Amino acid sequence: MSNETSFSRRGLFMKLGILFNGLVATAIAVPVVRFLLSSITRGRANAYLAWVPLGSVSAFPEGETRLATFRNPNVMPTDGKTVNTACWVRRVVGDQFQVFAVNCAHLGCPVRWFPQSGLFMCPCHGGAYYRDGSRASGPPERGLFEYPYKVQDGLVTIQAGELPTPGSPTASLIGRKPPCAA
Amino acid sequence: MRRLIAKVGEWFDRRLQLAAPIREAAEHPVPRDTASWWYVFGSAALTVFLLQLVTGILLALIYVPSASEAWSSLQALNHDVALGWFIRAMHGWGSNFMVAIVLIHMVQVFLFGAYKFPRELTWIVGVFLLLMTLGMAFSGQVLRFDQDAYWGLGIGASIASRVPIAGPVIVKLMLGGPIIAGATLSRFFALHVFVIPGMLIGFVCLHLLMVLKLGINEWPTPGRLVKRATYTGEYHELTKKDGAPFVPYAAWKDLFFAAFILLAVATCALYFGPFGPTGRPDPTIIQTAPKPDYFFLWLYALLSLLPPSMETPALLIGPVIVIAVLVLLPFLSGEGEKSWRRRPIAVLTVLLIAVSLGTLTHLSGYTPWSPHMNAWSGDPVPAKFLHGTTALQRQGALVFQAKQCRNCHSLGESGGQRGPALDSVAARLTQDQLIRQVIQGGGNMPAYGNNLNPAETTALVAFLETLHPTGQTPARDAALTEAQAEGQDKDQDKEKSASVQ
Repeated sequence: MSNETSFSRRGLFMKLGILFNGLVATAIAVPVVRFLLSSITRGRANAYLAWVPLGSVSAFPEGETRLATFRNPNVMPTDGKTVNTACWVRRVVGDQFQVFAVNCAHLGCPVRWFPQSGLFMCPCHGGAYYRDGSRASGPPERGLFEYPYKVQDGLVTIQAGELPTPGSPTASLIGRKPPCAA
Repeated sequence: MRRLIAKVGEWFDRRLQLAAPIREAAEHPVPRDTASWWYVFGSAALTVFLLQLVTGILLALIYVPSASEAWSSLQALNHDVALGWFIRAMHGWGSNFMVAIVLIHMVQVFLFGAYKFPRELTWIVGVFLLLMTLGMAFSGQVLRFDQDAYWGLGIGASIASRVPIAGPVIVKLMLGGPIIAGATLSRFFALHVFVIPGMLIGFVCLHLLMVLKLGINEWPTPGRLVKRATYTGEYHELTKKDGAPFVPYAAWKDLFFAAFILLAVATCALYFGPFGPTGRPDPTIIQTAPKPDYFFLWLYALLSLLPPSMETPALLIGPVIVIAVLVLLPFLSGEGEKSWRRRPIAVLTVLLIAVSLGTLTHLSGYTPWSPHMNAWSGDPVPAKFLHGTTALQRQGALVFQAKQCRNCHSLGESGGQRGPALDSVAARLTQDQLIRQVIQGGGNMPAYGNNLNPAETTALVAFLETLHPTGQTPARDAALTEAQAEGQDKDQDKEKSASVQ
């Protein structure tokens, strides 16, 4: 009988020990999980959605499409060249622009502009787009992603900062009509 | 001297007490016919894994997992550090060999029915080992932080983003931020160097433990069926009656094959050298056609050939189905026939998968679905197509090149293969059909109506109409021919009646 009592008391301590460890583990898990999810929570602040300049309006002749580069507003010290991004700028007329992400709407490979045939072509799986970014042929299910832009003090600026990908709301956010277009 | 070694050994074993269990494990009896060259792939996979561990640690002595330094540190390994190129080549070729050997091991286990009772869990752990091996192959390609790695990550993100609802969150978790940058490389480094290898080591131990506890699968004899109730007894009977100690009876073949594989990896490394790195991971350099490493080429081909509407379901549901089938396999056919001689569907399945993967990999070697970006300026129009042509037709040939039709259509076997070859297009399409196709596009061809003026269209179609085999008349609209003939008859009648009058 006395044996059983001592067993159950040790059993109780054992259970309390497990409970105590569980509580401590949960307490430690909170900051760990928050650390692991920081790339999402940081995004909520939208700090990277700042407006970045691409160059003066005069650098983009009317009716032509030119490659421009910009530096991502969200930079970490170890990023190297990866924060430099390219985009295709089409000056339709006057202050009316279209700024396309280079990433193909299929799987994100860099598309190239061919002024002679008026097409963007993707080297990976053969997607093709017309000069206004709409889908021409191949596997993409939509047109090129567009960055919102505005023309300020003779400068073309865009709101970039996020890798455009198909199927994500981000893409539709980027693809929406620029607030001050035309 | 011997006595001294024996004494030292005794001293250690007194404390470790490992000699007896090790001897027992080494000398456990295995069925005599499993001492076969077919049974060496598991140990070969383990050997290459150990090689990857060692070469990986060696590379980590120099490699810097930072987006700004990784590429330069790989260049230093290739060119500045003595034999750095060789260690990189061993690690790269080791990775290819490991995926190949793991797949061969899996096919052998499947065809020999070794996944059946009581080795179901060994198989399932093996499935996870395969997935981890593929995870190591992909994350390893990312660590070779070059253009292919950068755009490959973009492809991974594009695929992940298609997951309903959670897509954007998964992309940010995968990239470690809103774009592919320093944080992306760092987390793939953590995965490749700590997380996946740690899990691999654990799962390999589990896999081996079960092989020891449950015994090596006996050579499958047609007609000897597996039954849950009797199998274990039968297996013990077999090892007792016709068994032999694993060491040295079967192990010498494992040893020989392991050495052979290591030699093969080293030979490939010496002869072919390391993989890349290709161009700097600078996203502003867009003149690149990224391609995945060898073992993902089939996927690259599949993504070009699937109809667009099928792609997202195939990408998201396909892997789930494949993994579910692999995991459930030992539960669906845990008993019965083991021999591949009596399992035709199993053999056909393996052949079908192998042929499909092989074909897709072969296709991705010359990517017929991609436009040839330089064909319009690089490939001349073969002289035979210009011989005896009119000025208008020659003008059309110029339009054909200048408007980059050549990037997707070949002439005389050179040019893109995205669209059909045009060597005999006039035999297939009438003039009206050619004009319609050029202006409106369709059937996966862009419309050129906005990009060609009427004069260019006329010239282009005039050139295309000359493209038919000698001796074969170009396609003509039968109705039009008839109408024209009727018109001619009427004209002749009019002429006749006029002359009569």
